[in-house]
Amino acid sequence: MLITERERGKPRTKRKSGMTSGTATGTAADMTGDLAGDLAMGHAPHIEIRGVGKLYSGVSVLRGVDLDIAPGEVHSLVGENGAGKSTLLNILGGAVRADEGTLRFDGEHVTIATPRDAIAHGVSLISQEGALVPARSVLENVFLARWSQRAGFHQSRADRRMFERLIEFTGFDIDPSARVDQLPIGTQQQVEILRSLARGARVLAMDEPTAVLTEHEKANLLALIRKLAAAGITVILVSHFLDEVLAVADRVTVLRDGELVVTDEAANQTSTTLVRHMVGREIDVLFPEPKPVPKNAPVRLAARDLGHAPGRGPVRDVSLSVRAGEILGIAGLVGSGRTETLRLLFGADRAAHGVVEIDGKQLRRRTPRHTMAAGMAMVPESRKEQGLVMMRSVRENIALASVAERRFGPFVRHRAERSAVDAVSTLVDIRAARREAAVQTLSGGNQQKALFAKWLLRRPEILLIDEPTRGVDVAAKSQIHHLITDLAAEGMAVLCVSSDLEELLALSHRVLVLRHGRIVGEFGRGAPREAVIAAAFGDEGETA
Amino acid sequence: MSVEASPTPTPAATAAQPRSTSRLAFQLRDYGILLAFVAIVIALSVSTSTFLTTSNLVNLLDQCAEVGLLAAGATVCILSGVFDLTASATLALSAIIGVEVVRATNVLTGFTAAIAAGAVLGFITGNVVVRSGVNSFIATLATSIVYRGLAVIVTSATIIYPLTSQSEDFGMLTWPSVFGLTSATVVFILVVVVIGVIVAWTTFGRRLYAVGGNAEAARLSGIRVGSIHISAYVISGICAALAGLVLASRAGSAQSSMATGDEFTAITAAVVGGTSILGGEGAIWRGVVGALLLTLIGNGFNLLGWNTTYQQVVQGCLILFAVTVDRWLRKRTQ
Repeated sequence: MLITERERGKPRTKRKSGMTSGTATGTAADMTGDLAGDLAMGHAPHIEIRGVGKLYSGVSVLRGVDLDIAPGEVHSLVGENGAGKSTLLNILGGAVRADEGTLRFDGEHVTIATPRDAIAHGVSLISQEGALVPARSVLENVFLARWSQRAGFHQSRADRRMFERLIEFTGFDIDPSARVDQLPIGTQQQVEILRSLARGARVLAMDEPTAVLTEHEKANLLALIRKLAAAGITVILVSHFLDEVLAVADRVTVLRDGELVVTDEAANQTSTTLVRHMVGREIDVLFPEPKPVPKNAPVRLAARDLGHAPGRGPVRDVSLSVRAGEILGIAGLVGSGRTETLRLLFGADRAAHGVVEIDGKQLRRRTPRHTMAAGMAMVPESRKEQGLVMMRSVRENIALASVAERRFGPFVRHRAERSAVDAVSTLVDIRAARREAAVQTLSGGNQQKALFAKWLLRRPEILLIDEPTRGVDVAAKSQIHHLITDLAAEGMAVLCVSSDLEELLALSHRVLVLRHGRIVGEFGRGAPREAVIAAAFGDEGETA
Repeated sequence: MSVEASPTPTPAATAAQPRSTSRLAFQLRDYGILLAFVAIVIALSVSTSTFLTTSNLVNLLDQCAEVGLLAAGATVCILSGVFDLTASATLALSAIIGVEVVRATNVLTGFTAAIAAGAVLGFITGNVVVRSGVNSFIATLATSIVYRGLAVIVTSATIIYPLTSQSEDFGMLTWPSVFGLTSATVVFILVVVVIGVIVAWTTFGRRLYAVGGNAEAARLSGIRVGSIHISAYVISGICAALAGLVLASRAGSAQSSMATGDEFTAITAAVVGGTSILGGEGAIWRGVVGALLLTLIGNGFNLLGWNTTYQQVVQGCLILFAVTVDRWLRKRTQ
């Protein structure tokens, strides 16, 4: 049965036909063995994705994606941060619900609204964070919610037999009774793969599986992916590492700004062509031009050798300086330590080493309270988690960081607060009528503006901004861009992290590129996007 | 601005007509608990001749004073995102300390000592929660057992009384005061007003809500989250001590098993009043209304001559109802 199903699959690539399908079939058949059929690896479906789209608070992150994925194919999704590749993967895995579009498996319409639906259709999502139960054993995690049972009692012997088969197939070396939170991260990932197989997954959706692995583990994983594909399992792979993608994938799909750019045989692509597809958009937003930094502008913020202790965070020896009126951009891939660098500067996290100076004076203590008193402000990455108190009013949120400035004894001076909030709301363009509404009722753009307003009320000299326009509609985006350049023109030192490279290059006077917690490049205005991306990907050979 | 132009159903974009319904829901959600309260008051006024008498109302408020004080303290803690399960143990321990000091000195010094003891116990509780980093529910549960144990040790598990010469003064909180209300009621009202003002109008109150609503955002806004939590526990401790004095004064004695379990009644009152169990939303008056509502149910059972055996079942169902309606209205307004 397996063979016929795979025979009518898509044309094989050379690499793939090199694998011996005989062994693979044998293994799969063994695994059906004496266990119930629902644990068996059936055939992978032909997946048809039609017109799939997703909105987050009114902002489209995925639009009209049409994609066919053949059974037993290794299909890689690539793109810049925020291109929509993880969203697409999560839609297939049931972690995110699509707002539009349809999904067909072998021509039959399927609805995947929850992870449970996905599992029922044989799709197993292996996300970046992992979804293991930390305090339980490997065996329990592998058979989570799918334990063999008889009359309601757990049949661990049957599970163990199945586990041994899976181990034999994958070549993993894992102690089934070990607690998963005591395993290294690479092994935890293997546990997730085992679980997917134990559930009879026919489609494995993996999000950045190699990001956390050592070189040796990576090589093993890529070999396993080929082996799974040879056994008829479809692997959909999201990865930032183009070399790996090209080495392991049969076909590659490039996404950009939520739209599918190209789907092609991996053999026809190189990392250079992929980068070109990832970048190749025409500039569709007019960015304001930042005012040149005066030659005599003093250095406002300087950091030397700032970093986490090994194992405590990604930042290693970051040194930088920002002058008054300057916008310094920080680029890098997710996980390169961009956000963490800002948090260390602001004192939100504790650094293991390094010095931060404001106006040449070293900060002795770095907590948000102290850095704020020294003139710093930080617009954090996540409005919901770190920025706003969602159920409180817009006024209270905007006033929060400076509430002590407008008081009479212990009391809040309400009138002064209202006029101050009104003034700054006008500046960032939030309607005054919305002042008393809970901030969670605002659109993403207005929430982001409220967050800026909160910090502007403190009149900071140094503004750290993490993702200034994430989840913000186009109009608000442009307003925020103008706000940033205006603030810098008035002499504020601005340090900005953004996954939107186009935005970062357009707004910044200089851009630093972080990779693995170190600064690996510095670019002035007018630097080509390809060069920055190459530096961020560590792909110097292409454009240096 | 883009929000008004976009077809997305954000509240900002909606016109006057849908807004009026959402405003009605908004008010329902905000003042629904008052409606329920008024409804019960009217029902009892109509169905009994005894409810709307001065003596019953004075009695009702006096009964409410203890739970009301605890509820005010519990509300402050819940607003800031923590629970105080030590409330009743703090109540007992500070009342006992109060009685001991009364015996050694005089009644006023003893009462002052009880309040100071409540504040110190609250400070300790707060530090335990903040410094251990353990979830406040568990940390205060454990601390409350310690406090209760200390109360047993101090009293040798007996009932302690003030000296016979002091016993009349010791009962001062049961004395009638302005408008014929008992002194306990007056203390209750005063404390609630003071805490209400602190929470609603001071910078501390602002920080309290922010910490309860989003501790990380508050920290990144320069607020000392730990200090705010400790302050909340101190306020709760003072409220507990006052509640302890009300009970002790009424009984003319104190003992280690005083008010056992009342911390949950207090939390119930706070939540029934409409304070979000998740923190950051609510008000002191809500805790008070919640406490009044709970007292009213007991009072109604008495006046209607219903079998009090069923009181707990009714009370539990009412709480579930109130919280479910609250959640439903919240979901709709979002």
